[in-house]
Amino acid sequence: MSDALKELAAHIEQRQPQAVLSARISHGELTLEVAAAHLVALTEFLKTDGTCRFSSLVDITAIDHPERPARFVMVYHFLSMYQNHRIRLRVNLREDEMMPSISRVHPSANWFEREVFDMFGILFTGHPDLRRILTDYGFRGHPLRKDFPTTGYTEVRYDEAQKRVVYEPVSLVQEYRQFDFLSPWEGATYILPGDDKAKA
Amino acid sequence: MDTQFDDALTGEQKIRNFNINFGPQHPAAHGVLRLVLELDGEIVERCDPHIGLLHRGTEKLMESRTYLQNLPYFDRLDYVAPMNQEHAWCLAIEKLTGTVVPRRASLIRVLFSEIGRILNHLMNVTTQAMDVGALTPPLWGFTAREELMVFYERASGARLHAAYFRPGGVHQDLPPKLIDDIDTWCETFPTLLDNIEGLLNENRIFKQRNADIGVVTEKDILDWGFSGVMVRGSGFAWDLRRSQPYECYSELDFQIPVGKNGDCYDRYLCRMAEMRESLKIIKQVIAKLRVEPGDVLARGKITPPPRGEMKTSMEALIHHFKLYTEGFHVPEGEIYAAVEAPKGEFGVYLVADGTNKPYRAKIRAPGFLHLQAMDHISKGHQLADVAAIIGTLDIVFGEIDR
Repeated sequence: MSDALKELAAHIEQRQPQAVLSARISHGELTLEVAAAHLVALTEFLKTDGTCRFSSLVDITAIDHPERPARFVMVYHFLSMYQNHRIRLRVNLREDEMMPSISRVHPSANWFEREVFDMFGILFTGHPDLRRILTDYGFRGHPLRKDFPTTGYTEVRYDEAQKRVVYEPVSLVQEYRQFDFLSPWEGATYILPGDDKAKA
Repeated sequence: MDTQFDDALTGEQKIRNFNINFGPQHPAAHGVLRLVLELDGEIVERCDPHIGLLHRGTEKLMESRTYLQNLPYFDRLDYVAPMNQEHAWCLAIEKLTGTVVPRRASLIRVLFSEIGRILNHLMNVTTQAMDVGALTPPLWGFTAREELMVFYERASGARLHAAYFRPGGVHQDLPPKLIDDIDTWCETFPTLLDNIEGLLNENRIFKQRNADIGVVTEKDILDWGFSGVMVRGSGFAWDLRRSQPYECYSELDFQIPVGKNGDCYDRYLCRMAEMRESLKIIKQVIAKLRVEPGDVLARGKITPPPRGEMKTSMEALIHHFKLYTEGFHVPEGEIYAAVEAPKGEFGVYLVADGTNKPYRAKIRAPGFLHLQAMDHISKGHQLADVAAIIGTLDIVFGEIDR
């Protein structure tokens, strides 16, 4: 399994040296780090090349790392039903950068890219119809960014007097409770409420 | 109509296309689907699905909860076959932590995955028949679903939101009586399938509404990322249980039914045949379960200690307490785990950062891609065919909207 993936990685690296920055295999999965500028050409190659034949797009998503200079990581999963193997492409992206859309190569990327735009606010160049998809009409903000609060900013209710649905700022009767049970001995870096008074 | 010859059209030719809203409260929309349809007479010109009406922010919520607390969210994705979704989540965690699931737990998982498949296909086939005019199949199908949900309840305590599959195995062992009852049920169920097939297979209305409707070609499959029955209905024997086996599917004997024309009727036939194959798997698994006793959880860091040990050993008690408060830690890494859910390939992409919570979890729902192709498939069909096509796409909004 792993040998076949190594061969595949070597094959792609040899044929597309400018696109592939690095390749690694972990947990039996092949991951390629790819430069954003070469993504479309690489997906085209992966789709048409005889040994790859990654003809199905499985998934597109992003990961938000607010502390990094390149804030977002775009993650693409492809599957070949003919060769029976999978591949993952990772592309690092700064917040002010735009991503090339692969919807011309894989029409199924359309909704995935809309979802990434909706959830992370990443813009795609060359996308036919970049609208929000999962959130409400007229929603503001990008919920899956780490700086977006889980409770959101607005809440909706039906107003009996106005006879319509109204949007209001979220008012919580009690602070949203984030239970964090990370052990203070391993990994927890925060100060527990009350502990801050101990030193003073 | 923006051509330069507009002025030459007579009044009758200047007919605008008609836009209608299909749903979100249409009975054939299978949930909260809103389709904006552009119609030319009765022919669908454009179909724009508006989704997200059931969006609950599952992926956002998962980032602030421990791995075990996230498990029940998966029941609420595709609520027609809940345990199949949990399976993907458990597999992802097990791959990252390197946990080996005990033999008996693996068998039980396969058993309930196949029960889930029957649950799903019964729901889908019969309600699709209702969309095209048959009223009896859903009534019959739901009786069998009820019986299966009782099996769910006897195994996990819940009829629907089971939370039964756990990372490292399953929550509890099955009582022997339950295994016997499932076995007896397997004897009676084919009669129901025969009856439903007797009603539908050669039914003139059913065939007229489904045959040659919504034909899916090989190119469509690749372009739109189809999986599951949407692929098999077009004659491609692609099934993750066979091509990328997980659990103990590789040692079980079952066939992969494929269609021929890729239309709604073939997908219906595929689903009926798959239920019979699932029955075969269930019977084999039951035979194995009877002779292979054992533990159902891989005892270790990510699973609770046995109850008896917890009552007597201090270490086990501490472990139990830590597991259900802090939760277990998953080593840093990323993984994609997919299962052949009844609707297609259901996958979880999990990014772990070494803490007790997932840094990012992406749920890959098969229905999302199938619904996306709605515009492509329904173009040129009649308005009434839209209901038939939605039915065989097999969409459930729990998993599409997440």
